[in-house]
Amino acid sequence: MHPAPSLILFTSLSGLGFGLFAYLGLLGGGLTGWPAFFEYALAYGFSSAGLLSSLFHLGNPQRAWRALSQWRSSWLSREGVLALATLLVFAPQAISQIWGPGDLLLLGEIGALLALVTIGATAMIYAQLKTVPRWHHPAVPVLFYLYALSGGALLFGQAIAAALFLVLLGLVQTSYWIIGARRFAESGSSMHSATGLGRTGSLRLLERPHTGASYLTKEMMFQVARRRAVALRRLFWAFGIAMPLVIVVQNLGGTMNWIVALVALACHYVGVIASRWLFYAQAEHVVSLYYGNEVSA
Amino acid sequence: MTQLPASTERALGLAIDLDTCVGCHACVIACKEWNTANYGAPLSDQDAYGSNPVGTFLNRVHTFEYLPDDPQTLSNGDQSAFQVTHFPKSCLHCQDAPCVTVCPTGASYKRSEDGIVLVNEEACIGCGLCAWACPYGARELDAEAGVMKKCTLCVDRIYNDNLPEIDREPACVRTCPAGARHFGDFADPESKVSQLVRERGSITLMPEMETRPVNAYLPPRPKTQACGETSSNQVAAKAPEQPNPQGFLAWLDGALAKLEAGASGSSK
Ligand code: SF4
Ligand code: SF4
Repeated sequence: MHPAPSLILFTSLSGLGFGLFAYLGLLGGGLTGWPAFFEYALAYGFSSAGLLSSLFHLGNPQRAWRALSQWRSSWLSREGVLALATLLVFAPQAISQIWGPGDLLLLGEIGALLALVTIGATAMIYAQLKTVPRWHHPAVPVLFYLYALSGGALLFGQAIAAALFLVLLGLVQTSYWIIGARRFAESGSSMHSATGLGRTGSLRLLERPHTGASYLTKEMMFQVARRRAVALRRLFWAFGIAMPLVIVVQNLGGTMNWIVALVALACHYVGVIASRWLFYAQAEHVVSLYYGNEVSA
Repeated sequence: MTQLPASTERALGLAIDLDTCVGCHACVIACKEWNTANYGAPLSDQDAYGSNPVGTFLNRVHTFEYLPDDPQTLSNGDQSAFQVTHFPKSCLHCQDAPCVTVCPTGASYKRSEDGIVLVNEEACIGCGLCAWACPYGARELDAEAGVMKKCTLCVDRIYNDNLPEIDREPACVRTCPAGARHFGDFADPESKVSQLVRERGSITLMPEMETRPVNAYLPPRPKTQACGETSSNQVAAKAPEQPNPQGFLAWLDGALAKLEAGASGSSK
């Protein structure tokens, strides 16, 4: 699938934002004044930046509000509704913590729950798609949670949680790459199932329907070089996991200095971008079978 | 709106005959022409006369080559038995259409009266998720209008009283010079398309996707012989029968045959 920058930014930034909201709602009730302001600014900043960049993906962003209407059936709609609900629920809580009497009863917990469900809904936009076998797997929501909880922990300065989730993230992401490579073959889709023609193995595309590119070939048949995939995985391990982990582990005892935490987060985010780019670029859509791309493991 | 109707009164769709299609792409052009001038945003092209033309199409014809799966070619392993099939592909108006349920705005919907899957372009935000959800590549986001385009089954022709009755069928069906495309109601067991499917059977595209397409693909008929065996003796066998020559003609025929045999013998 085409790794659109707007979607890479949308999923990665909103993951950070809603991850941080989850920590704030569950553990951040005691924050007041400037520290509270600072954390809420980050949470609102990242989540809104993510949501805004998703608008750049739309052909008609001026009617984006319509996307809030189909929450009964559509994961994308649910994601929008839940994201906005999270932002709204946290507003009085944030104001009260920064300028008012502090933690409001249960509002933090409700907000945290909403933030967590939002992360799941974002993942389900991808995991629901049977047509992209690499995405259609329970590991995808697990990964989206691990990304949000590691990034959120770094932003919240929670060294222990950050260390734990970073290790888990590294392991699950690597296993997912191994699982993912087999997903297309496991899906049972082949040129044969796509066309019902011929003896398996003897079928080939003689002529494409068009000589140039099309929306379909650009959007759903993005080709990625294997050696670049290896480089990006290394980048993910080095920046996304190893560097922030080293920083975090050195601060396990006390509280993290915010500059140190910021450096850890910046490294981590480079790794997130690398792996998110791969998440799109390596995902094969079954429509490619009509274009002669028999995808193998 | 984005929820699918439990059932539809009628199930309008196409029966596409893979045996008859000659791959001329006339349906592609007829579709592009009708749908650029009528329902919704035009099907735009970018760099149409440049070196990298790209454009929106609702119907595209692929061409495949394969060894047919019939026992005869299997047993003699004849490599010359390769067969070519042209494969037109457009929206199949699925009964369990994943493109409809993923739509966040309700722009994509399936009509309960006739089962046609449509996009309300006023509501479409152009997120592209429905195109991702369709296994068949039946949806294309128009680069100019930023809305999703797909086959409407020429909803603006089939019910159009301003057109002569003969034209009240999808443009692709009307134009197909080979008669490979048929339009009708699959919910009516007596319709032409239902009868065709009963007679010929039909191929379900990607059954593992569980979309339950309405459109039917009539399979190519098995070939009576492999393509290597055609040519001269095949043509000769079909030439009009000639009576055995008599008298002088019989002698001449024999003499010429000897000459032929001698000439080919001496030339060796
Ligand atoms: S063919 Fe594709 S676009 Fe058409 S109804 Fe089925 S899933 Fe939807
Ligand atoms: S592109 Fe339009 S029709 Fe398709 S899912 Fe998005 S809003 Fe719905």
